[in-house]
This record gives sequence, C-alpha cells and structure tokens, in this order.
Amino acid sequence: MWDFTEDKPIYLQLTEQMCLRIANGTYRPGDKFPSVRDIATEAGVNPNTVQRAFAELERSGIVCAQRTAGRFITEDSQMIYKLREDLAKEHADNYLKKMASLGYNRNEAADFLSKVKEEL
Amino acid sequence: MSIIVEARELTKRYGADTAVDHLDLTLEKGQIIGLLGPNGSGKTTFIKMINGLLTPTSGIILINGEKPGVNSKRITSYLPERCALPDWMRIDDLVKMYCDFFTDFNREKARNMLADLHLDEKKTYKTLSKGNREKVQLILAMAREAELYCLDEPIGGVDPAARDYILRTILQNYNEEAAVLISTHLIQDVESTLDRALFLKEGTLVLNDTVDNIREKRGKSVDALFREVFAC
Repeated sequence: MWDFTEDKPIYLQLTEQMCLRIANGTYRPGDKFPSVRDIATEAGVNPNTVQRAFAELERSGIVCAQRTAGRFITEDSQMIYKLREDLAKEHADNYLKKMASLGYNRNEAADFLSKVKEEL
Repeated sequence: MSIIVEARELTKRYGADTAVDHLDLTLEKGQIIGLLGPNGSGKTTFIKMINGLLTPTSGIILINGEKPGVNSKRITSYLPERCALPDWMRIDDLVKMYCDFFTDFNREKARNMLADLHLDEKKTYKTLSKGNREKVQLILAMAREAELYCLDEPIGGVDPAARDYILRTILQNYNEEAAVLISTHLIQDVESTLDRALFLKEGTLVLNDTVDNIREKRGKSVDALFREVFAC
C-alpha cells in the first residue's frame, strides 16, 4: 500500500517508500524495477511525479537505468545495507526526540526500550 | 513541451456578471491539470469556451493554435457537467454512435471499461442510476485517443470505489501527447494524480503551480491550501 501525508511533496514520499521497499527486501538486489506506469496506477500518482522520484533514486545510485531494458535495483549489497541503516537511524532518532519531549534523556530512553523489549 | 490550450485576456460576461475575467493561461501537453475553485468561480464557463460552446466576450482562446471549431473538436474529448447523451439509447448504441462520430474512438477500450465497471451494454441509458450514467459518460470520453481531455466534474456523482477506478483509468491513459483538464471540488481525491493545480476565484487565476511545488513551498497539501484561500 502506498500512503501519502499532507505535508510533504508526493515525489519525496514516493522516493522514501520505494527506498523502504528496497531496504526491507520487497524489491531485491538486481531485480528489475517496476515501470513508471505500473507505479503510477498502483499508487494513484501522476506519472511525472513518479518519474521525478525515479530520478532521485537514480541519482543516489540505488536504482540504475539501462537504456532499453528499464531500471534495475543495485546489486551493491553494501549500498542497500547502508540504506537500511540510514532508515533505521532515522527511526531511532525520532524515538529519541519523542522520548526527550516526555523528559527522558538518551540513556533513560535506551533503558526504557530494553525494558519494553523484555516485557514483550 | 508543446502548448495545447492558450487563453489571452479571455473574458466572458453574462450581462453585468463577469464569469471569466481577463484570464491568461497556457496548458501544456503531457500534463494532468486540476481546475479548482468554489461554485461560480468560472470553471465550467472556461471549459465551455475551450469547447466552443460559449463565445468569449473578449480575448482569445486557442486550442492547438486555432480557435475552437471542427479541428479543435476533433482532438478534444469533452465530458460536460450535465448529460448531453440521448437517454433513450442503449449503451451499445451510444458506443456505436461515438465510434461513428469520432475517428479516434477506441471501441475496444470502451468495452473493456464497461465490463470492468459491470455496466450491461444492453441496458438503456435512462434506466441507469445517476452514478452509472456518469460512469458511461466518462467511459465514452476517455475511450477517445484525444490530445485534450476536458472533464467537468467527472467524479462528483460516483462512489469511492468507482472514483478510484476512474482516476486509475485517467492515469493509465496518460501519454505525453495529451493533456487532461479536470475540474472538481474533490481535491483530496485527485490531488496525487495531478501535475498542476489552477485556482480560479471569481473568474481570475489566483494560483497556477505544480502540486509538489505547492507542497514544498507551503508545507501543506493543495486541499489544505484551497480551504485556506477559499475560506468562507
């Protein structure tokens, strides 16, 4: 499912959600990437917006365009590993910020997370 | 990109009322454009002038460089806000009529869409529900391989599932050689499918920008901006 929030450009949200799918293995290294039209109709998004998101992915090297064959996901596992870690860092950072707004310092926030993990 | 619609100082008055007021605007091929504005802001008047159904009081409207006429109608597919189809006809007869009328009509495409939306071709148009009539009209308009689609309130009367199907159909039909102009109040539903949003207020253009530029610059959706600009 593709979901878009109100506050950010749609192409950025598309880029983020495609990165997530690459990081979590929905799209696998070396696989052919869906076409603009496929994503546009699946996500209900303007094809030019999809094109713009693809351009972002190509610029970062996560996706490579091959002239006639289409786009492929990088086979560079190092790059995908880093992508996944960057996304995880973002989540961790958000968590720390939210906990800080409740008055937890970083250590307390980390301890709290371990505690919750034990309980589950 | 090439220009498909050009309006210069375009004005339409009905007696003392000015419906469209010195509108300057160009629309390019390869874009899906939302014509947005509250009731009475001039959306339908503008679309009718594009389609040669109203004559401008002053100013100029050009479709592919020409004034509305036989040539512009050949390349423009128009979905009026109100039904213009003879309601005693069966759906399959309407398809045949469109086939005879428009050389760019793709019968196969029309029949596939009718099947997708579970519309029985043997039914008479006037026996259909309001929503199903709107679906038939939209299918007939979208089954043409036109260079300009003018859709006046295409999703207002249909249920959310059919709305999704219609928007997907518009996206599937997208090509670089055609422009789609959609007038609607249902901004939230169409926002992600649009390249560009036009805000019409009392016949003048108060905003003309891409959806993502609007979101980037203002940190809010087109829908939220509309509610702000047109707050009552």
